[in-house]
Formats: sequence, structure tokens, C-alpha cells
Amino acid sequence: MVQWPPRPPAVVRQVEDVVAFLRTLRRAAIAMTAHRPDRRTLLRCAALPCLAALPCLARAAPLAAAPKDLQAAVRRFAGGAPVREGKVTIDVAPLVENGNTVPIAVSVESPMTATEHVSAIAVFNEKNPERNVVVFHFTPRSGRAAVATRIRLAASQKLVAIARLSDGSHWSAGVDVVVTLAGCLEGS
Amino acid sequence: MARTLIHAPKTAARGEVIEIRTLIAHPMETGYRAGPEGRLLPRDILRRFTCRYDGEVVFAADLHPAVAANPYLAFRTVATATGTLTFTWEGDNGFVQTESQAITVT
Repeated sequence: MVQWPPRPPAVVRQVEDVVAFLRTLRRAAIAMTAHRPDRRTLLRCAALPCLAALPCLARAAPLAAAPKDLQAAVRRFAGGAPVREGKVTIDVAPLVENGNTVPIAVSVESPMTATEHVSAIAVFNEKNPERNVVVFHFTPRSGRAAVATRIRLAASQKLVAIARLSDGSHWSAGVDVVVTLAGCLEGS
Repeated sequence: MARTLIHAPKTAARGEVIEIRTLIAHPMETGYRAGPEGRLLPRDILRRFTCRYDGEVVFAADLHPAVAANPYLAFRTVATATGTLTFTWEGDNGFVQTESQAITVT
């Protein structure tokens, strides 16, 4: 007997998690047809997959879940200083068709004054041959800490951006990207 | 000389944050790709981009092999005074290229 309603996974990290959950849900729904469900159960059944898909859409990828070498690269950039999550925005398509050229934009909200500005933003990846992608350097004369560029991605992976502020604090943001055609390694 | 494309406003108001977009024709050979004979092609990338406003650095970027071919960079700067914007790309095999554009600030 399948438990009804099935619980969505506590942590949704990949599309597969959602797919697996939806499969359990269907199995449970088939088992349920034996005893006719009331309206409330049916509604709950419809709402659950939506709830389960929410964290997946946000694509937030915490730094703590990153592999060792990626974390090491981040630590090297931060110079051992603690890295907190927030402030940084990464704008990249969730599904990339061509890994050879992936448009990406990173930005940090900051007044960009002499006393309070963003001094650098570094972008790291998880599965390319090298962890570093690009490092941007800003001064108060940059006006805004917002940059757009195009990068290569060798596989579906996590991207992490770290911002260094003028007060010495470090902030991070992570995002998961699915790549259909890998860049870097294959001939173009 | 590699071909470059620079989009920066010719005129701006004082204190305005302007967007500058640059593109340079460069293969950005990663050093991880095999050539027609199966041997790895040697790395040939741009390492650094710098934008100067009347000689003062306003934006810079360290590029790694993960930056796509024909590096594109869009960034901002504050229009402070009438002057010259200088863009410099430096890379492997002694690659250096500098382009400049005048800006009139009112």
C-alpha cells in the first residue's frame, strides 16, 4: 500500500528528484483509484507537484554542496575569509543549447562610492577543466558592478559567483545550468 | 591586428553611468582541444582586459580559457569628464592590442 499523499523530497537539487517524486505520485494515484478520493485529497494531490517544483525553478545552488576543488578555488579567491550567501545576482539561462558560448551576466547592488564599493567579482565553475572562468575588477569609477560576457561550459554544472566588497566581506551566489552541447573539449 | 567592436556613447551627461560593450576577434584556444593530427593545440588566450578613462583604470577583467571565443564584455563606467576611453587586451604569445574612443561629457 502506497502512503497517500506522498511526501515531496525534502531537498530538490536536480530535475531527476522532481521526476522521481512525480512518478511516486502517479503510482499512488493509481493505487488510490480503488477507494474513491474526496475533493480535498485530490486538490492536495494537484498542489504538491507544484510545491515540489518550486525550489527547482529557483535553481539556487548552495556553496556548501559544491565539490571540494570548487570550494578550494573559492577559498583561494576569498583568501580564507568567510563567504556569505547573498547580494550577488547571476543571470544565465537555465537550459543552454550550446556550451561553447553561454551568455552570462553578474551584478551586485552597491552604491559604488569610495568607501563602499564592489572591488571584484569572480566566476567559478564545477566541471570545466579549470575552475576559474573570469574575474572582474571594479573601482568606484565603474559606476555599477554589473558585467555581461559569454563563457564556455563543458557539461551541465553549477556556477558560482563571488563578490569582494571594499569592506573585505565576500558574498556568493550559485546557479545550476543544464547544457545540451558541451563546449571546451570538442572541436568547434 | 584583431578586429574589435566597441560600443560606447559618443556623448554623455556628467555623472551618468554609461554602458560600454566590447568585442574582439580572438580564437581563445583553450589548450584542452585536439587539432586535426590528434595533438593538443597549444593554449592561446587573452589574459587580461583593461578599460582606462583618461589613463585611470575604471574596469578590468582576468580571462581564463572558459571565456568563449571572441571575448565579449559589457560593463559600466561613470562619465566624469570629456576625454578618451582606452581599451587594452593582453594575451598569450605577446598579444597586445589597444583601441581608444573619445567621449564628450556635457
